[in-house]
Amino acid sequence: MATRDSGVLAAGPGAGAGALGPGDPVVQTRGLSRAFGEHVVLDDLDLDIGRGEFVAMIGRSGTGKSTLLRALAGLDQETSGELVVNAPVSVVFQEPRLVPWKKVAANVSLGLRAADPRAVARTALDEVGLADRADAWPLTLSGGEAQRAALARALVRDPGLLLLDEPFSALDALTRISMHQLVLSLWERHQPAVLLVTHDVDEALALADRVLVLSDGKIAHSAQIAPERPRDRDHPDLVALRIRLLTELGVATHDVS
Amino acid sequence: MSISTGTSTTRRGSPADERAPDAGALPIAGVTGGRATPGRTRGQGWRRAGWLRLISPIVVLALWQILSTTGVVSQQKLPSLTTLWTTAVHLISTNSPTYGTLQHAMLISLERVAIGFVIGGGVAVILAIAAGLSRAGENAIDPLMQALRTLPLFGLIPVFIVWFGIGESPKITLIALAAAIPLYLNTFAGIRGVDGKLAELGQVLGLRRSEMIRQIILPGALPTILIGLRQSLGTAWLALVVAEQINANAGLGYIINQGETFLQQNVIFVALIVYLILGLLTDYIVRLIERRALTWRRGILAS
Repeated sequence: MATRDSGVLAAGPGAGAGALGPGDPVVQTRGLSRAFGEHVVLDDLDLDIGRGEFVAMIGRSGTGKSTLLRALAGLDQETSGELVVNAPVSVVFQEPRLVPWKKVAANVSLGLRAADPRAVARTALDEVGLADRADAWPLTLSGGEAQRAALARALVRDPGLLLLDEPFSALDALTRISMHQLVLSLWERHQPAVLLVTHDVDEALALADRVLVLSDGKIAHSAQIAPERPRDRDHPDLVALRIRLLTELGVATHDVS
Repeated sequence: MSISTGTSTTRRGSPADERAPDAGALPIAGVTGGRATPGRTRGQGWRRAGWLRLISPIVVLALWQILSTTGVVSQQKLPSLTTLWTTAVHLISTNSPTYGTLQHAMLISLERVAIGFVIGGGVAVILAIAAGLSRAGENAIDPLMQALRTLPLFGLIPVFIVWFGIGESPKITLIALAAAIPLYLNTFAGIRGVDGKLAELGQVLGLRRSEMIRQIILPGALPTILIGLRQSLGTAWLALVVAEQINANAGLGYIINQGETFLQQNVIFVALIVYLILGLLTDYIVRLIERRALTWRRGILAS
């Protein structure tokens, strides 16, 4: 195993002014490993994510995607190897995780250290198109609305790194498409680095600059995608890449539609 | 082992070049979400069910009155409701040397419950928070409380009389203990039952420990705490009745003792009914608190 240096998690505001310069990556792991008992989930993993880069990570269940994300979020202190996160981090989980006894605006401003957290929350809700639901109880929101509120809560902290843990997987297909548009527009506007964990190859191809395939705790494949968006999913490059990625995932396919 | 296969074409340049600050300020078109419709029919259904719940008590009361006035059951055993009404009016309007006034007795009893409940409930909540928030606290406090729970409370009365004499202290202590145990158990369970995912969220959002407790843990435990509050008030009233049966010289229990001595069944019944009304009233108050504090749970109805 590599240097026993985990816990070098600099996630506070202004952490970017620390050891690394502005051109350096937001995330840097070297030899990152995590085992649960005998079961190795992350195996000597090296990963860099550049400032403002949109990275999608796909992989079958149990390949360590969520473990990696939790480590980056600072929720797992049991990793070994080197892990540097050089920016404030926000997380959007698979389920919205709105605090049910706080109204939507209060959820967005929860724990926010700002002069006027309520105003900041309103602005963020406006940005995700939820301004009129600011005073609603979370349980009255639809799935898509709740996940947009969760996005607003993540963005209001001005993250240099936005971790998205399969945030659209519970949404219906139409809502998912509009959420993709929303995430892209928010990303373009706020320019955080994004790590999107997903099962959905098409989602990864529609959104990311770079797609990683995680397999057995290692990055088995990495592919760059041309930056222009919106993307035509039938573009020959994307079709070829989709087949490649599905093959990497162990899904035999002849579907080239 | 990070293999980078440049499967597709070019890489985006420096982010700052290509994305002007406002480039992404696009209207968020097409992002709509369905809104839950208010469940009006459900609310009306509850209200109607509320009235339906009154039918069986009214039937029982009517039966009581009929059985008693027709002489099927003797007035000695079961005084009629009208007799009880007259007795109540008499007990309220006359300050008799035997009974005092009913309202005075009621105030004394209320005071005992209030003092006992505030002491017992307060200590219970503090202990439950200490036990709920830390392993050390749990190890120190929980075994004692669990042991206390299994102790038959009213068996302690003789012990309390030896310890505290026969004044107010043994009564208050008994009520405080009775109130403390259900509130402790429920508050502890409530704190431990708070969704771990929300605690994790709090961690991600950088909540301080005090914020975590006030904004996540206690509100999350509140529904269970309120159940404990209702149980606790119930047992507090029960303890009051038992406590007042032993050598009290004022209060509703004293009136019952006196009624027993003078074979006045009607007085006993009136005092019991006052207990019942006070019990129902406190329960109703807790329900009101519940309704206010837990609006978020009925969020679909409230908005």
